[in-house]
Amino acid sequence: MIRFKVNGQSRVFDGDPEMPLLWYLRDEAQMTGTKFGCGIGQCGCCTVLNNGKAARSCVTTMKDVENASVTTIEGLSKNGQHPVQKAWKQANVPQCGYCQSGQMMQAASLLAEKPKPTDQEIDAAMQGNICRCGTYQRIRQAIHIAAGVRA
Amino acid sequence: MNSIQKVSRRSFFEGIFSTGALILGAQVLPESLLAGDVDNATWHPSVYLGINPDGTVIALTHRSEMGTGIRTALPMVLADELEADWKHVRIEQGIGDKKYGDQNTDGSCSIRDFYTAFREAGASARLMLERAAAAKWNVPAAECKAQLHQVVHKSGKKLGYGELAALAAKQAVPQKAELKLKTPAEFRYIGKDVAITDMDAILTGKAVFGMDARVPGMVFASVQRSPVYGGTLVSFDDTEAKKVKGVSGTATIERFKAPHNFQALGGVAVIADSTWAAMQGRKKLQVKWDSGTHAGFDSAAYKDELLATARQPQKVMRAVGNVDAEFAKGGKTLDASYYVPLLSHAPMEPPVAVADFKNGKVTVWTCTQNPQAVQDTVAGAVGIKPEDVTCNVTLLGGGFGRKSKPDYAAEAAILSKQLGKPVKVVWSREDDIQHDFYHSTGGMYLKAAVGANGKPTAWLQRSVFPSIGSTFDDTAQYAMDLEMGLGWIDLPFDIANHQAENGPAKHHVRIGWMRSVANIYHAFAIHSFVDELAAAAGRDRVEYLLDLIGPGRKIDIKTTPPYWNHNQPQEKYPVDTARLRRVIEVAAEKSGWANKKPSKNRALGIAAHRSFLTYVATVVEIEIDDQGRLTIPEMHFAVDAGQIIHPERARAQMEGSGVFGTSIAMMGEITAKNGAIEQSNFNNYPVARMPEAPRQVHVHLIPSNELPAGIGEPGVPPVAPAITNAIFAATGKRIRELPVRKTKLV
Ligand code: FES
Ligand code: FES
Repeated sequence: MIRFKVNGQSRVFDGDPEMPLLWYLRDEAQMTGTKFGCGIGQCGCCTVLNNGKAARSCVTTMKDVENASVTTIEGLSKNGQHPVQKAWKQANVPQCGYCQSGQMMQAASLLAEKPKPTDQEIDAAMQGNICRCGTYQRIRQAIHIAAGVRA
Repeated sequence: MNSIQKVSRRSFFEGIFSTGALILGAQVLPESLLAGDVDNATWHPSVYLGINPDGTVIALTHRSEMGTGIRTALPMVLADELEADWKHVRIEQGIGDKKYGDQNTDGSCSIRDFYTAFREAGASARLMLERAAAAKWNVPAAECKAQLHQVVHKSGKKLGYGELAALAAKQAVPQKAELKLKTPAEFRYIGKDVAITDMDAILTGKAVFGMDARVPGMVFASVQRSPVYGGTLVSFDDTEAKKVKGVSGTATIERFKAPHNFQALGGVAVIADSTWAAMQGRKKLQVKWDSGTHAGFDSAAYKDELLATARQPQKVMRAVGNVDAEFAKGGKTLDASYYVPLLSHAPMEPPVAVADFKNGKVTVWTCTQNPQAVQDTVAGAVGIKPEDVTCNVTLLGGGFGRKSKPDYAAEAAILSKQLGKPVKVVWSREDDIQHDFYHSTGGMYLKAAVGANGKPTAWLQRSVFPSIGSTFDDTAQYAMDLEMGLGWIDLPFDIANHQAENGPAKHHVRIGWMRSVANIYHAFAIHSFVDELAAAAGRDRVEYLLDLIGPGRKIDIKTTPPYWNHNQPQEKYPVDTARLRRVIEVAAEKSGWANKKPSKNRALGIAAHRSFLTYVATVVEIEIDDQGRLTIPEMHFAVDAGQIIHPERARAQMEGSGVFGTSIAMMGEITAKNGAIEQSNFNNYPVARMPEAPRQVHVHLIPSNELPAGIGEPGVPPVAPAITNAIFAATGKRIRELPVRKTKLV
């Protein structure tokens, strides 16, 4: 029996401890904001916060989250008011939008660690997150905006 | 309830519109039908607009949203002519239905084909509302004017659209001649930036993509397909697969019958109670395949074949003057071969579909660019009529052409029929990359006779590639007309002797269309060759390119078969070199071309291409470090796409094209050995990530009231040659084969 929290809510899981968190969230908890893009930790679509730090939920198993506190896009803020979400809106970042939950979770993790990241720090932190639509420059811009909002 | 479940035809009419709503269908006859037999053409209402008694305006979008912003842009057009208040406009996604006209969202044509229809629908409703108010007040209609969701009489009295809806519904639908469309100065939304409809849903994780579709009682399937295209199932052992917790069984899908069209490839499906269990079960499957006729496909040997074919005389597709006579004069010539490999679309969301077969009918929920093709394909797959297939369209996590081909929906329907319950088929990334409808590989040969000043007196070009036609005709070896029309037989240069040819190639994988299609390899060859000629002549690239294009004029492309021109008559959308020159001049000016001289590490490259009736010039600035690592500090796009509806989304599409083009130029490559694709995921099929993507893409939209043209695709073709031309300027290395990563730059 694995106990953990998702967006502040206590949960228990007694299935396959090797199952990735991604599929627990999507298929069992029916929280589909966290996306599947590659399944091997290569694209970042499935990024969530595991105890506040960005983690790829497709390669994070259920046993890895024992006693952990997981935050997904659905729990990033009430009503989309996280600085990252507001900045994303201001910069009109999304195109198809599929990668964006992962991008925002990664950005939120970066900003929690480095409130005023440089371009280089943004590139280093975000390079695991693919956007096939090509919204990168707006993501970078939005992270700077969010950093300003936080100040 | 899952929000996508609400969007069925019945609920659209019974649920969304309350009683008394004004429903208006605009008639659209596609241009392609006009050109043919008008009498037999069916008129399909393609646009729906409703006004509820509470004043809510409902815009039904029949085109798919994959990131271009079309779900916002077309309703903007409608709302503008309707004089609706955007705050009170609700957008609903249409299901697949022929009555909407064409729904295949590709070819960058949603605005081009439906701009006028949406304007007329809005203007028509506006006039009916004004007339309804006039009748109620018993005043002349000319004294009533629709203004931001209400009709205002000259005396100052007002009635809201909601109050007028029931009365307006009783008005006769106006004749087209009665409609007064707005002048550009009167536009309220067209040409302005409006936040995309799905913004908040995307930002909070609530947006529903195909991957997120779920219906009660649904099971999950993961399908093992033949590693070689066209392979057939010999036998399989599912003993171990069935032992996986959550797996309920297996089922087989029959192989397609040639031509493959959009049919399911065939294979063995593992059925389970979650995506994960299905995928785990599948790993335990033992399957034996008969690989069939394509088992010998080796992409390296195939490449040599394409290039060898391109060096031999081939079928002439366009001839101007006489190239042979000019070459026979024995003057100086230059020639070169170019190659672009197979590419995979790799949209961020892999293909996925839910289908429910019940009582001889199928309901599908899927991310598709082409819901009517879903109806046809699913109907064919399970032996029912297309009208008995309801296709609900979700948001698409990227499409790029892959999701025009609904083989994945056919798989879900076939399995649902067998199992008697709704089935969700989820493609893994490996499935996606190994079983794509690939962007065609192309081999090109170009030769020029060089005259005074390095300008060609003759220009010969041959392209050889497996055609998209092979998807619909297994024996097809030559290009379809549309492929020849994509940047090949429309060369806009001022050269007395010109010939474009096409050679045969057999297909060994499924060939599809990917964002900008054949323009990708055609533009790469043409604009690399232009750069080679300019370099040989020692001339400035911009100046040379303008000289090559010659004076501003409209070129009449005369070919047999006729130049495709995106199904548009050349009189309406001519090949206009003045517009092509203009984008080059703007891109050069904005990028500071004249003042940035190339150095060992840093240089600019340019290419300009007309596609999807849009003119685009791209200037790329590259930097190469001591390790040979290339970065792109800046990219400039000058774009003339005629009237722009949503400038901010147009810029976004160009920014995205810059990144997509960078992936093609720098890293994209699909290869095959023994018939099987060698790549499988983003680790071995890399696409541009943030540090590799252009740091800053600057987009310069040429203000224009010309007819609207394409935006989603035309930014892609010039990117690769602009990058490789910049590499030549910086290093002297000429890249004639993509991707660049195969060449050491220092
Ligand atoms: S799905 Fe997890 S990194 Fe791609
Ligand atoms: S917005 Fe489409 S993949 Fe990023």
